[in-house]
Amino acid sequence: MDFLNAIVALMNYVIIPASSYGAQLALGALGVTLIYGILRFSNFAHGDTMAFGSGITILLTWGLQALGVGLGQLPTALLALPFGIALTAALVLVTDRAVYRFYRKKKSAPVILVMASVGVMFIMNGITRFMIGVDEIRFDDGLRFIISAKEFKAATGLDEALALRSTQVITVVTALLVVWALFWFLNRTRTGKSMRAFSDNEDLALLSGINPEKVVAVTWILAAALATTAGTLYGLDKAFKAFNYFQLLLPIFAAAIVGGLGNPLGAIAGGFIIAFSEVAVTYDFRKVVGYLMPGDWSPDGPIQLLSTEYKFAVSFAILIIVLLFKPTGLFKGKSV
Amino acid sequence: MSFLLAENMTGGYGAADILHGCTLRVDKGQIVVIVGPNGAGKSTAMKAVFGMLNLRGGHVLLDGEDITALSPQARVAKGMGFVPQTNNVFPSMSVEENLEMGAFLRDDDFATTMEQVYHLFPILKEKRHQPAGELSGGQRQQVAVGRALMTQPKLLMLDEPTAGVSPIVMDELFDRIIEVARTGISILMVEQNARQALEIADMGYVLVQGSNRFTDTGAALMADPEVRRTFLGG
Amino acid sequence: MSQHQPQAASGGAFRAPLLFAAMAALLLLEGTTGSWNSALYILNTGLIAAIMALGVNMQWGYAGLFNTGVVGFVAIGGLAPVLISMPPNTGAFSAGGFGIVLALAVAAGVIALAVLANRRLTFQRRVVVVPALLICGFFLYRAIFDPAANAIEGVNTAAAGNLGGLNLPVLFSWPVGALFAAGAAWVVGKTALGLRSDYLAIATLGIGEIIVAVIKNEDWLARGVMNINGIPRPWPVPYEVALQDSPAFLERAAALGIDPVTASTLLVKLCYTGLLALVLLALIWLSQLALHSPWGRMMRAIRDNETAAAAMGKNVTLRHLQIFIIGSAVCGLAGAMLITMDGQMTPGSYNPLRFTFLVWVMVIVGGSGNNWGAVLGAMLIWFLWIKVEVWGPQIMVALTSGLAEGSALKQHLVESAAQMRLLTMGVILLLVLRFSPRGLLPEK
Repeated sequence: MDFLNAIVALMNYVIIPASSYGAQLALGALGVTLIYGILRFSNFAHGDTMAFGSGITILLTWGLQALGVGLGQLPTALLALPFGIALTAALVLVTDRAVYRFYRKKKSAPVILVMASVGVMFIMNGITRFMIGVDEIRFDDGLRFIISAKEFKAATGLDEALALRSTQVITVVTALLVVWALFWFLNRTRTGKSMRAFSDNEDLALLSGINPEKVVAVTWILAAALATTAGTLYGLDKAFKAFNYFQLLLPIFAAAIVGGLGNPLGAIAGGFIIAFSEVAVTYDFRKVVGYLMPGDWSPDGPIQLLSTEYKFAVSFAILIIVLLFKPTGLFKGKSV
Repeated sequence: MSFLLAENMTGGYGAADILHGCTLRVDKGQIVVIVGPNGAGKSTAMKAVFGMLNLRGGHVLLDGEDITALSPQARVAKGMGFVPQTNNVFPSMSVEENLEMGAFLRDDDFATTMEQVYHLFPILKEKRHQPAGELSGGQRQQVAVGRALMTQPKLLMLDEPTAGVSPIVMDELFDRIIEVARTGISILMVEQNARQALEIADMGYVLVQGSNRFTDTGAALMADPEVRRTFLGG
Repeated sequence: MSQHQPQAASGGAFRAPLLFAAMAALLLLEGTTGSWNSALYILNTGLIAAIMALGVNMQWGYAGLFNTGVVGFVAIGGLAPVLISMPPNTGAFSAGGFGIVLALAVAAGVIALAVLANRRLTFQRRVVVVPALLICGFFLYRAIFDPAANAIEGVNTAAAGNLGGLNLPVLFSWPVGALFAAGAAWVVGKTALGLRSDYLAIATLGIGEIIVAVIKNEDWLARGVMNINGIPRPWPVPYEVALQDSPAFLERAAALGIDPVTASTLLVKLCYTGLLALVLLALIWLSQLALHSPWGRMMRAIRDNETAAAAMGKNVTLRHLQIFIIGSAVCGLAGAMLITMDGQMTPGSYNPLRFTFLVWVMVIVGGSGNNWGAVLGAMLIWFLWIKVEVWGPQIMVALTSGLAEGSALKQHLVESAAQMRLLTMGVILLLVLRFSPRGLLPEK
C-alpha cells in the first residue's frame, strides 16, 4: 500500500506536471529550432512571440465568452487558438519583412540577426503589455479536473491523492497532435521537404529552384503557430503573465540546444529532458521517501536537491554540460 | 550551331578578373572537358556559365537564346543542370528525397525520370531510403548527378565529379557520364584527372590564367606533345 | 562583420562635442523646466549606465561578443558593497561562516577533481566517475552548507540574518565588485566561448538569471528580497542630515537663496556626479590606452576577421575570454557603484530588460566600438528611458482627447501607455541597427 502511495505521490507531483511542462517546452523549442534551421540564428523574440500569441488568444477567448460561444467542457481558448495563430503569424511575417529580410539579403553575421531579434523582443513585449497588461490572468474555463483528488481517494482508498487537471491532459494531447502534424508536414509534403532541404544545404536548395522567401515565410508561420500553441497551453496550465514568457526563453533554448539546434526530434526530447530534470530536481521527495521507508520512519528535513527558485539553474546546468561535452546536442544538430 | 556557346567571358568575384575572354562551346550530346593547372579559372568558368558570377564582358547563349542576365535558378528552368564539387547533396534527407528535390521545379509526374536515374545508378535504388549523408563518397556523387538529372536538363555541368574518389569509382563514374551523354544530354565537365577525362571527351579545353590555351578534340589534345608535356605530365 | 563597414560620419571632428553639448542641453532643460534634483538624478544614474555601456562596448565593440547576462554581472558586483562595507552581523560568522566557507571549498574541490578526472580517465571510466563525483560532492556540499546557512539566518533574523560585511570603506568594494563579476565571467566564458556566437548569448542569459536568483534567495548572503538598507556612503560624499546640521552649510545655502533641504540633496548628488565622472573618465582613459596598444589592435583584427587572425596563430578564444572577463568586470564595477549610490540593495529591481537589453540599446545607439559613443548613448537612452515613462501617458491623454471621458478604451490606453518605453527602445534599437549601424559616434 505504501509503495502505491509513493507511486501516486510521484505521479501527482513529478510525472504529470513534468509531462505537461515538457510538452510546452517541446513546442517552444520546436519553434526555436525551426527558425535556427532555416534562418540560422537564435531567435530571442520567441518567448515574447509566445506571450503575444497567448495574449491575443486570451483577448479572442474573452470575445467568444462574451458572445456565449464555447466548447462545453473544453476551454474556450482552444476555439480561439486558430485565430490567435493567424494573427500572430501575420505579426511575425510583418516583422520578417520589416526587420530580418534586410539582414538576410545582406548575409549579415548571425549575431546581428540575434541582436535584431532582441529589438523585436522589446517591441513584442511592449505590444503585449500594451494589449493586455502585466497582471496575472487565468483564462481556463470548462471542466477543471479529469480526476479530482477527492474522487481518487474515495475510489482507491489510498492516503495519497492524485489530481489530473484537464489542462494537463489537453496540453499533452494538443502537443502530440501538433507534433504529429508538424512531422507529417516536414516529411510528407513538398513544401515541408523543401524546408528540410533548405535547412540541410541552402546553396543546393537554391540550385534546385526552391524559393527561399517562401521557405522562410512558411517557417515563420510554423514558428508562430508553435509559439502561440505553446504559450496558450502554458497559460492554460499555469497562468498568463507577460514576463513569465521571457523567462521561458532559457529553458526553451536549453531544450533546443540539448536536442541539437536545428533538429526537430531533438527539440522534443530536449523539452522533456529539461522539464523532467527541472521538476525532479526541485521536488521535495520527503513524502515519497517516507512511504518507501519501512515502518513509520520519515525523513525530518526536506529531501530536495534545489529549491524551486533555482529551477532556471537546472536548465542552465544541463545547457553548460551539453555545451562542454557535446556542443551539437544529443541528436545531431547543426555544427557549432 | 552549338547548343551552349559562352563567348569571351571576362569577370571575377571581386575587383580582379579571373576570366579573360574565355570561350566555351558544347554541341548536342557532346562531352566537353575543361582541364588546366590549378588556379586556371576552370571552376570559375563553369560558375560563369551557370550564372553564379557576374560577367563584365562576354555572353552566354543556350540553344541560341541569350541567358547572360538570368539567375542560376532561371537557368535550371531553361534546361541546365549543375553538380557542385562539394556539398552537393542534402545530407539528412534520404536518397529518394534528394532526387525529389532535384525535381522541385517540375509540376509534371517525375516518376519515370526517377526510374531512369535508378536504372543508371542501381545502387541508389537499393539505398533510396537511406540519408544521403551516410553514403560513401562515390555514392554521394551519384546522388548529386542523379539530383541534377531530375530536372531533365539538356546540358549537365559537373564540377570535378571525381574529386576525392578512388580510381575504380572514378572509372565507374566516367562510364555513367558517357551513358548520360548517349541519351542526348550535353555534358560540360571540369576535371582534375585530365588524362582520364580527355579519354572520354569529344572536345577538350585547356585553360591557363583564365583564357583558352588549347582547344581540340580529346584525342588530339592527348596526342599533342606540348599539351602532354605541360599539362598531362609527359 | 557588417556593422563595421566604413561609412562617412557627417560633422567630422565637431560631431562628438556637438552631440555631447546637445545632451548637456537636454539635462539643463530638465533642470530648468523640471527640477535640478531630477536632472542630477538622471545625470548620475546615466553616468553609471555609461560605465555599464563601456563594459558592454568592450565585449561587443572590440570583440563582437554578445553578452545577454549583463544584469547578472551588475548584480554580482552589487553584492560587493554589502559584503565589504556593511557592519558585521555579530555572531553570524562564528555561527555558520566557517561552514559556508568550507562548503564552498568542498564545492570548488569537487569540481576541480571532476575536471581532473574528466581529463585523465579513459572514456569508460569517465562516464561513471565524473557524474558520481559530482553527485556525491553535491550532497556533501549540501550537508555542510545547509546547516551553516540556517545558522546564519538564525542570528539576529529581524534586523540582519545574513553574514554581514567587513566594515571596510565602501570605495574598496568597487574593485571587489569588479572581481566578483570577473570570476562569474570566467566560468561562463570558459564554457561558451569558442563555440557559435549565439551560444555565448544563450549561456550568458542563463548565468544572468541564476546570479539574480541566488541574490534573491540566499538570505544568508545579502538578506535576499528582504533588501539591505543603509550601505555607507563613499568618501567624500556627505550625508544630508549632517549637512543640514552644519552652520557653515546653512549659511552658504541661505546666501545662495536655496532652502537647506534642497541644497543638501543637490550637494550630495553633485558629489556623486564628481566621483562617478572621475571613475568614468579613468576607465575611458584606460580603455583608449588599451585600444591603441598592440593588444587592442590585435583584438580588432580578430573581430574583423576571426579566420585570418586564427590563421596568423592568434589564440582567438583566449583573447575573447580576456575581453569578456574585462568587460564583465567593468559591469560589476558599475553594479557596485549603483548599489553604493542607492544606499540599498534591492535584488527585486534586477530586471534583465532594464539592465541587460537597455544597456545594449545604449551601446548600439551610441556607436559600437567607440567609447565616447557608448557614454553618449548611455546618457541619451537613459534620459529617454526616464522621460518616456512620463511622456507616454501624457501623449496618450492628448491622443485620446477625442474619446469620451471615462470610456474603458481611453482608460486602458492611458494606463498602458506606461508600457510604451519598451516599445520605444525596441524601435530605436531596430532603427539604429538598420539605418545607422555605426551609431551616433562611429568607430574611427
